[in-house]
Amino acid sequence: MSTLTDPPKDSFRLSMLINDTRYRSLTFQALAFLAMALSFWYLGNNLVANLRAAGLNINFGFLGDTAGYDISQKLVEYSNQDSHSSAAFVGLLNTLLVAFLACITATVFGVVAGVLRLSKNWLVSKLMAFYVEIFRNIPVLIWIIIIFTIMTAFMPAPRAFRGDNATATMVFDAFAFTNRGIYTPLPWFSRGIFESQTLNWVLVLLVACGSWFAARRVNVWATAKQEETGERPNTLSMLLGIWLVPFVILMLIMGLSWEYPALKGFNFQGGIKVGGPLIALWFALSIYTGAFIAENVRAGIQAVSKGQTEAAAALGLRPSKVMNLVVLPQALRIIIPPLISQYLNITKNSSLAIVVGYADITATLGGITLNQTGRAIECVLLLMAFYLTASLLISLVMNVYNASVKLKER
Amino acid sequence: MSELAIEREIDRTKMSVSDEVAIQITGMNKWYGQFHVLRDINLTVNRGERIVIAGPSGSGKSTMIRCLNALEEHQEGQIIVDGTELTSDLKNIDKIRSEVGMCFQHFNLFPHLTILENCTLAPIWVRKTAKKEAEELAMHFLEKVKIPEQAHKYPGMLSGGQQQRVAIARSLCMKPRIMLFDEPTSALDPEMIKEVLDTMIELAEEGMTMLCVTHEMGFARQVANRVIFMADGQIVEQNEPEEFFNNPQSERTQQFLSQILGH
Repeated sequence: MSTLTDPPKDSFRLSMLINDTRYRSLTFQALAFLAMALSFWYLGNNLVANLRAAGLNINFGFLGDTAGYDISQKLVEYSNQDSHSSAAFVGLLNTLLVAFLACITATVFGVVAGVLRLSKNWLVSKLMAFYVEIFRNIPVLIWIIIIFTIMTAFMPAPRAFRGDNATATMVFDAFAFTNRGIYTPLPWFSRGIFESQTLNWVLVLLVACGSWFAARRVNVWATAKQEETGERPNTLSMLLGIWLVPFVILMLIMGLSWEYPALKGFNFQGGIKVGGPLIALWFALSIYTGAFIAENVRAGIQAVSKGQTEAAAALGLRPSKVMNLVVLPQALRIIIPPLISQYLNITKNSSLAIVVGYADITATLGGITLNQTGRAIECVLLLMAFYLTASLLISLVMNVYNASVKLKER
Repeated sequence: MSELAIEREIDRTKMSVSDEVAIQITGMNKWYGQFHVLRDINLTVNRGERIVIAGPSGSGKSTMIRCLNALEEHQEGQIIVDGTELTSDLKNIDKIRSEVGMCFQHFNLFPHLTILENCTLAPIWVRKTAKKEAEELAMHFLEKVKIPEQAHKYPGMLSGGQQQRVAIARSLCMKPRIMLFDEPTSALDPEMIKEVLDTMIELAEEGMTMLCVTHEMGFARQVANRVIFMADGQIVEQNEPEEFFNNPQSERTQQFLSQILGH
């Protein structure tokens, strides 16, 4: 027999704010919020009062002043007559460049080392364990310095390439490995469709995008064919054609040429110079973070229970198919979230660039510009805003990717 | 262990044993490191036989049936499954695995795939079946295990008994000639044990060759044509169920039976 009754209502007493589980957490949240608001108010007040006492103000006008310093590694045109904001922009691009390169190579190192560490081959797995333990247990700053020192101390100086009895030679007459960096040939177009080389490269990029879409179409077609007949058509030759043919034709039309680096005076001229600082920073960040990523990958694969592999094997699936169809889809959801943290670490650790003189944003805006103008608060605020924005953007992109590989269980 | 009453009449007409040999194990030995898990196993299984393997835990029951589809390697002796000798040759292993289905204690369904995708994965990638055909096949077997309406759900949304029935359907989609069951009901609630056993009985009624590691003695009595008792890595005794339960020969068997049937 069921009857309708009201639940008992107990009257509210003040002591319930502390003792009652329903109100307790609310009380503490309110207290924490109050404490935080108070401390921010105090800090802000403090800043304003101290600035006034020192006769300072917050003003970003200095960004328009002439910077007056040179930057050797740069992605865009810049001279010492340009403004501080241009210098900061060069530094910003340099940070993004090294972070981007290091994220890619660290991922490659990490995935290879992580998978190989699970190898049944004793030597291979122990070597990978050695790599992981050595590199993640020594600070990245020291790795940057070690690699930079090795480069500057053991690579030949440009003058070693000169004369009849030169002690160093260029590789294939195209690459020069020197203690100032690596010089490689620069591709350019002699009969470019556009006047500007940049626009020609944009065209190449567009063609590559077109090939990518076409390749995706081929994959969709192959999947449809497999669903229809059971056999997946071999698409390798088609994919090769889709990627290579338009690219080769475009290169022939636009007259792809190479500008080779050559020794002129005391240094190499022409070609692309990848400076020693960039190489040292890039390589150190990659192997250091790669060791962490290797552990993430290993953890992800090992977290997929052995029963999954056994069930798939018992159904007759070959090991590579077991990996691709059963283990990896489940491992990725474990690997991706810590991988996001590693990418953020790379981006922020790239600020160590300053020890080898790589002109990233910390070295330009937070280093020389800050020292020259004395605008410490403005510069640091801008730096914080930049790193925060960059990190949040990386997080956003990776979280979108994570959502796409997330395990759908319910 | 509970003796589960199987209520309905069991149709034994199709449960005939042929003279054709399905599995032949001769002089098999296996070690885990220094530990000798399987000693001198000799066993011949004819097509259509329903064999229940019983024994205390750690006696090597699971290890033995896991050797039959190369989930475990044996170090000595010969295993011939369906005329193919089990060696380290990949081709032989592939052939045997496509003939032999297996169900596990913990179901091992793929949690990232729907029930239907679980069932079509192997037919599509191993048998190269067209997707539509594979799905029809999967639905056929899902109907057989009585859960076609769950086809588009994920394994995590199903009860244990339903999951084990999906696992059986998933194996059947590869059209195996032999089925191995490794304690298929040990992880299930009593109510769900019955639905899984019913499915297995139906399989037996269709003449499937079955090797089943289980503690369900009711099932052994009513469905099996032979019960094998293992202890310490050896086959101690094998007999027809009636004889096995009523007149056990060895002391070890008597001791085991008195423990599991005693209360």
